[in-house]
Amino acid sequence: MTTAIPAAGGADAAASPSVRTARGGFGRYLFRRVLQSLAVVLLVSVIVFALLHALPGGPARGVLGQQATPEQIAAFEAANGLDQPVVLQYLAFLGRTVTGDLGESYLLNQSVADAIGVRLPKTLLLTGLSLVVAVLLAVPIGVYQAVRRNRAVDYWLSALAIVAYSTPTFFLGMLLILLLSQTAGLLPAAAPQGSGVAEVLAQPAGLVLPVLTGAVPIVATFSRYMRSATLDNLAEDYVRTARAKGTAYRRVVLRHVLRNSLTPVVAMLGYYLPVMFGGALVVEQLFNYPGMGLLFWSAAQSSDFPVLLGCVLVISVATVVGSLLADLVQALLDPRTRGGLR
Amino acid sequence: MRAGLRRFAANRLAVAGAVVLALLVLFAVLGPLVYPTDQVTTDLASANLPPGADGHPLGTDALGYDNLGRLMVAGRVSLLVGVLAGALATVVGTVWGAVAGYVGGVVDAVMMRVVDAGIAIPAIFLLLVLSTIVRPTVGMMIVVLGLVSWLVPARLIRAEALSVRTRDYVVAARAMGATHRRTVFAHVIPNTVGTVVVNATFQVADAILLVAYISFLGMGVQPPTTDWGAMLNDGISFIYQGAWWLILPPGLAIVLVVCALNFVGDGLRDVVDVRGRAA
Repeated sequence: MTTAIPAAGGADAAASPSVRTARGGFGRYLFRRVLQSLAVVLLVSVIVFALLHALPGGPARGVLGQQATPEQIAAFEAANGLDQPVVLQYLAFLGRTVTGDLGESYLLNQSVADAIGVRLPKTLLLTGLSLVVAVLLAVPIGVYQAVRRNRAVDYWLSALAIVAYSTPTFFLGMLLILLLSQTAGLLPAAAPQGSGVAEVLAQPAGLVLPVLTGAVPIVATFSRYMRSATLDNLAEDYVRTARAKGTAYRRVVLRHVLRNSLTPVVAMLGYYLPVMFGGALVVEQLFNYPGMGLLFWSAAQSSDFPVLLGCVLVISVATVVGSLLADLVQALLDPRTRGGLR
Repeated sequence: MRAGLRRFAANRLAVAGAVVLALLVLFAVLGPLVYPTDQVTTDLASANLPPGADGHPLGTDALGYDNLGRLMVAGRVSLLVGVLAGALATVVGTVWGAVAGYVGGVVDAVMMRVVDAGIAIPAIFLLLVLSTIVRPTVGMMIVVLGLVSWLVPARLIRAEALSVRTRDYVVAARAMGATHRRTVFAHVIPNTVGTVVVNATFQVADAILLVAYISFLGMGVQPPTTDWGAMLNDGISFIYQGAWWLILPPGLAIVLVVCALNFVGDGLRDVVDVRGRAA
């Protein structure tokens, strides 16, 4: 019923795959999605620029500090082109940002790009490990639930997933510290310190609690995706065909259904980047892990605006790229899309 | 309506959620009247008491505040901010989404790219930046939280509006001379109400979680005002002394209320689905 209106989906990220292909194939879709993503990144840069100007006293006060005199501010504004029209200022900001110049931190005696560059790999390590652990847990749980659908076990696992999803990451981490570190004395509650990824990896015991804390919410979400993707596939004709040809149910599930339901779920990871960055922020703060989340948190404590806005920009661009990739992977993988492409 | 109630009652988790929710609201709203405590002046002489000591059922915190009483007043803030921020996000998102979906074309494309850009900036990061700029009072938290979380309802309602606007009653309303504004507010939005209500439940749950995150990170409401997240932030310094009574009660309160809202939302979705099928 909605397909009858041509004006409706002019630029519709949520359009169904069949609609996409009906309009001229994957190349066209790719082109449109990339353009859309560029527009979104531009808008994000406008928001960040606006935030920079929303600071009390504007960017000059931001750089010079709260004690700056009006004369100093006037001189700074003249020197940095802040007395120019806003549009020109924005274009200059955009030019600097594109070349990787995110400004200087007030406190770290370091450029924002360097500060992020040193810490980002450690955050990627932490979230990457959490992700691997989470997928290794979520996939079997989801498949098991789908196979045992609507039995007590499925019901309880679903309820447990909602409880896990409703538990704030920091409370979960505190519970784990209280149980495994404080009471049982099994694991250190402090994350590994060090400037590089190698130093962090050299202290694996300290990584267990942060990785686990980061993994649980992802398990909660992805076991649900996995369950419904597996259910969808179990209802497909190829399952009945394979069963009719005498293939054991177990083999059908593990070889055919698993493969077919895993790919879309893995593609979903692309949409999940902002949640993972948010999780990293809390986990790193809780366990004092020296990554980008902790950098952001300390910058918020000390109103280090260049660092704050630089991080926001990097994370937002990563989020846009993540969902673009996820969209493209899904458009490529969906058999209906592929059929329409030929 | 009655069929909807029956459908909701059939979902036992949803009913349990509604009961838990009602109890928690009573606890926070009426609790301080039944169990009045001083949550403003510190009492260092009776600080850090374990549960049960000196007539403090849940002990006291580092400043000597009675922990049970604190749980109640903190609950007021958490629930108030959560509900109002969720409501604000729902209203803004519904209007935005309905207008975008109804008008369509370039306007729709531009409005939805704004939503995309907002979603690209993870809410918690934007909130931390904003709370360094504005003073995080309770009212400010509601506004700021509402203004960063209207994006998801906007997307959902737009998708609904796209289909509603082609229905005969909308076309008829326009033919009879109804203005665009009247069509959107009297026809399009009322017909998305199921989606709006279900989503509002989840919005409140998410808002309560977000307030907790911001307060836990030390950027939320400032003392002596507190909420459950801020109580956890205060409690974390005492985790190594095993002061579980400063950590478990506020943490479990958050989990309970968010879980309850999620279950209630699921129950409401069942109700709405039935209506959709009948129509």
